[in-house]
Amino acid sequence: MIEGIFVDGLIFSIMVLGILISFRVLDFADLTCDGSLATGAAVATMHIISGGSIFIALVLAFLAGTVAGMVTATIHNKFKIPGLLAGILTMTMLYSINLRILGNKANVPLLRIETFYTILPEKLSSIPSSVAVLIGTLLVVLFVKTLVDVFFRTDLGLAVGALGGNEQMVISQGMNPDYLKLLGIGVSNGLIALSGGLLAQYQGFADANLGQGMVVQGLAAIMIGEFLFHSNRISLITLRAVLGAIIYKTLMFFGRKYGYLINITPNDFKLLTGILVIASLWIAKSRTQASNRAAKKNAILRTQKGEEAND
Amino acid sequence: MIKLDNLTKVFYPGTVNEKIAINGVSLNIKEGEIVCVIGSNGSGKSTLFNLISGTYPLTNGSISFNDIDITKTAEYKRAKYIGRIFQDPTMGTAANMSIEDNMITASTKGMKGLKISLNNEKRKQFSELLIPIGLENRLKDNVGLLSGGQRQALTLLMTVMSSPKLILLDEHTAALDPRNADIVMDLTQQYIVEKNLTAMMITHNMKFAIEFGTRLIMMDEGKVILDVQGDEKKKLTVDKLVEIFRNIKNEEFSADEELLNV
Repeated sequence: MIEGIFVDGLIFSIMVLGILISFRVLDFADLTCDGSLATGAAVATMHIISGGSIFIALVLAFLAGTVAGMVTATIHNKFKIPGLLAGILTMTMLYSINLRILGNKANVPLLRIETFYTILPEKLSSIPSSVAVLIGTLLVVLFVKTLVDVFFRTDLGLAVGALGGNEQMVISQGMNPDYLKLLGIGVSNGLIALSGGLLAQYQGFADANLGQGMVVQGLAAIMIGEFLFHSNRISLITLRAVLGAIIYKTLMFFGRKYGYLINITPNDFKLLTGILVIASLWIAKSRTQASNRAAKKNAILRTQKGEEAND
Repeated sequence: MIKLDNLTKVFYPGTVNEKIAINGVSLNIKEGEIVCVIGSNGSGKSTLFNLISGTYPLTNGSISFNDIDITKTAEYKRAKYIGRIFQDPTMGTAANMSIEDNMITASTKGMKGLKISLNNEKRKQFSELLIPIGLENRLKDNVGLLSGGQRQALTLLMTVMSSPKLILLDEHTAALDPRNADIVMDLTQQYIVEKNLTAMMITHNMKFAIEFGTRLIMMDEGKVILDVQGDEKKKLTVDKLVEIFRNIKNEEFSADEELLNV
């Protein structure tokens, strides 16, 4: 049971890393996610069903997501419309495309077919299947996290980070911000789609509605993570996003298990997630205000002391 | 080095808000010149810089850099040889990144590759470069934690590091307190002399504009109304400068009056 929560959280954490790149690193409110998660699920599912390898299926899912993200970035770059609207456009268009990929069906099951999550227990037969699944997923997440960490330490990755902090600086350093956005939003949605590809295999089906409300859930996970510790190092920022994702899924698990005691059903989860995000924003804001007040108080004390010394 | 030919910029053409910000400015700035640009608010100084660096497209005229036409070249491409520092200290650095990450991004111009350039050797170099501005032990701190003066000094250092051929300084000390403004201005002078830079600097300090630099340009209503260099510039005083400005304004004023009387 506990393994299940972790696996769920770890798969979710890859998507959270994608949302971290768009919302936090690039400061680009990208809603493509709601569509690209399902795209990844659909592409991976259809490839596996048609007899392709699981590894290639995940690579294809990543690439499909990257293309979706690049479409959003291109709409934003070429027509100078806000990223939010560009993302909504792509997300809406992706709904139709995802149905096409799934052969005009809203739901395609992956039953009695070899997937990542049926192979793992077979390969690692000496340990309980739920642990084997957990280890496999953990390895995938560690691999992805390490790649993201290394990427954001390269010169190109730093430039993407600088773009989120200050677009003018990137221009002043002779880089085309349009290319960097294309790359950043592309990679972000690639990760989201990869997460979708794994999710479809884990839950055993791909669904055109898979991505609904995912952005808000991802943001909730990022914000939970940000309460854990403070850092400007990318490896710790991604670590806390992964931890935030697992904590979020744990909360949701207990909500599902014990929620009936206070009359909460899974139908209420979207509302609760939204409230969680708002609460996080509120706590973060009052924290900054508190630290500002403390700084102000100290400054007043210092100046008063200075005056006394002068007297 | 940079040649401006009949530059004209009209904002909101064809509307009631139409404004001629730059009206037929031609300038030829040679390598090694240090040009101080003065003029009242709204005279077009900043717009001129925006046109040179490519932030705004031109309405008319052309710009060439070392005899290559760059009129239609995108801002980020021009940035490879034109460095710029803004009045706002937050414009030149990324607040969400550490000092060392900012510096490594600025150390080379142009698109970056998948190489990890930041290593201990670079850190040592950066730390030495940061000594004059007192930040040598704060490489890993976020730039957002620095004061305005420190940030502007860092921006200056980063701009010089990327060795642009021409540097545009848009009142880069105006938003700082007097002490920090002095520090940044001293550094500016030091770097310009040390690195033999060609520079254009907007300033409101007439005394400074007379003392510093090799050429002085006064702008008014989108036109260059005074352009002095060499001995002629050395002989200038603040009073003379004010007088010249008044005379030019009065001529315009009387001309307007005549028109009204007719």
